[in-house]
Amino acid sequence: MRINVFAKRNSKEILRDPINLMFGIGFPLVLLFLFTAIQANVPLSLFEIGSITPGLAVFGLSFISLFSGMLIAKDRSSSFLMRLFASPMTASDYILGYVLPLLPMAVAQSAICFLAASFLGLRLNADVLLCIIVLIPTAFLFIGIGLLAGSVFNDKQVGGICGALLTNVSAWLSGTWFDLSLVGGAFKTIAYLLPFAHAVDAARAAVSGEYAAIWPHLMWVAGYAAVTLTAAVWVFSKKMHSDRQ
Amino acid sequence: MRELAILGKSITREPNEVKAFTNVSPQETAVAPNLTVKENLELIAGVYGSFGKTAEAKADEMIETLGLAEVAADKAKILSGGWQRRLSIGMALISEPQILFLDEPTLGLDVLARRELWQVIQKLKGRVTVILTTHYLEEAVALSDRIGILSKGELKAVGTAAELTEKAAAHNFEDAFVALATESEVNS
Repeated sequence: MRINVFAKRNSKEILRDPINLMFGIGFPLVLLFLFTAIQANVPLSLFEIGSITPGLAVFGLSFISLFSGMLIAKDRSSSFLMRLFASPMTASDYILGYVLPLLPMAVAQSAICFLAASFLGLRLNADVLLCIIVLIPTAFLFIGIGLLAGSVFNDKQVGGICGALLTNVSAWLSGTWFDLSLVGGAFKTIAYLLPFAHAVDAARAAVSGEYAAIWPHLMWVAGYAAVTLTAAVWVFSKKMHSDRQ
Repeated sequence: MRELAILGKSITREPNEVKAFTNVSPQETAVAPNLTVKENLELIAGVYGSFGKTAEAKADEMIETLGLAEVAADKAKILSGGWQRRLSIGMALISEPQILFLDEPTLGLDVLARRELWQVIQKLKGRVTVILTTHYLEEAVALSDRIGILSKGELKAVGTAAELTEKAAAHNFEDAFVALATESEVNS
């Protein structure tokens, strides 16, 4: 029950911040409409709705790191966590309390992105539903990055790292804005050593019904998510222990 | 190895037992900014094991006790410093602790807000043991039954303001504080 109480609080903190909603939902939707407008006016196949939407769904999820990281960093700097450390809450209460509310938010974010895309021509079917499920490991990855950043950095640093650096790196190296093969070489190699391009490729494969192509990419994302979340839980627990001293 | 015990419970070996009868209001206001005053109180009630209607009833009681009714529905982030400190104390009291730690509760407040908070703290006397840390000597004199003088992590003296002033053979408490804090040996 303590987890529920704390998770409910964290949901309210995030959802009542209009900047979170603007970036997490509004910004990807603006880009979706913008790219669709561009596509309508060029003879080339640059931003087809079935290709750009999964990429923008991943881009939208990258803001989850910003929400969660900022929340945790502010809780640390305002001594709110210190107040809770004086309570009978356990390490798992904190971690699950931070992680659990973010998952339905991530699913809702993806669903809104696909719903908006349906007004622009994307057909809503079982493959879209599958894609939302395929995006869950990506959500865990960004939640883990946020938990890790929030445990280590202050809120200003989290704003810079998750709000500027991560969202840009994850976008440019994801293949959302352009085909990574157009650049090729080391850029493409690095992109595919990181999880973001795999997240977009897995989501695109799901939307296009190429089920066999999902798993190789999803395994990369799931692996990164598992390592990141494990590291985040370890670092948070260490910080919690040191802050209590 | 030295060990600290509160009400017979070791803070290192029995931390959960100690947490059950203590609470803290940190120096920073430590409130959830996007939650209302009532939601903040219900949150902490829930963290200490009171849920649903019970948590709501406790929050309502605390709102009445601390005179928070006029801001109960306001988000914590829009409150003035004085109201935030009052809420912070309410969040610490809602778990019904036997010992309440107030860490510099009036730091940064204007005179009026400070005096209002003093009244709140004075009303707690007889209900809960308050351990208050402060750099304001007039605050220590106005609120404390017993004052402990800490310097460089060492307890230099303990007593009432009058006892400490007499002990230091000083004209006022500030002079006594300076004399006792700069003494090299512990005289308690």
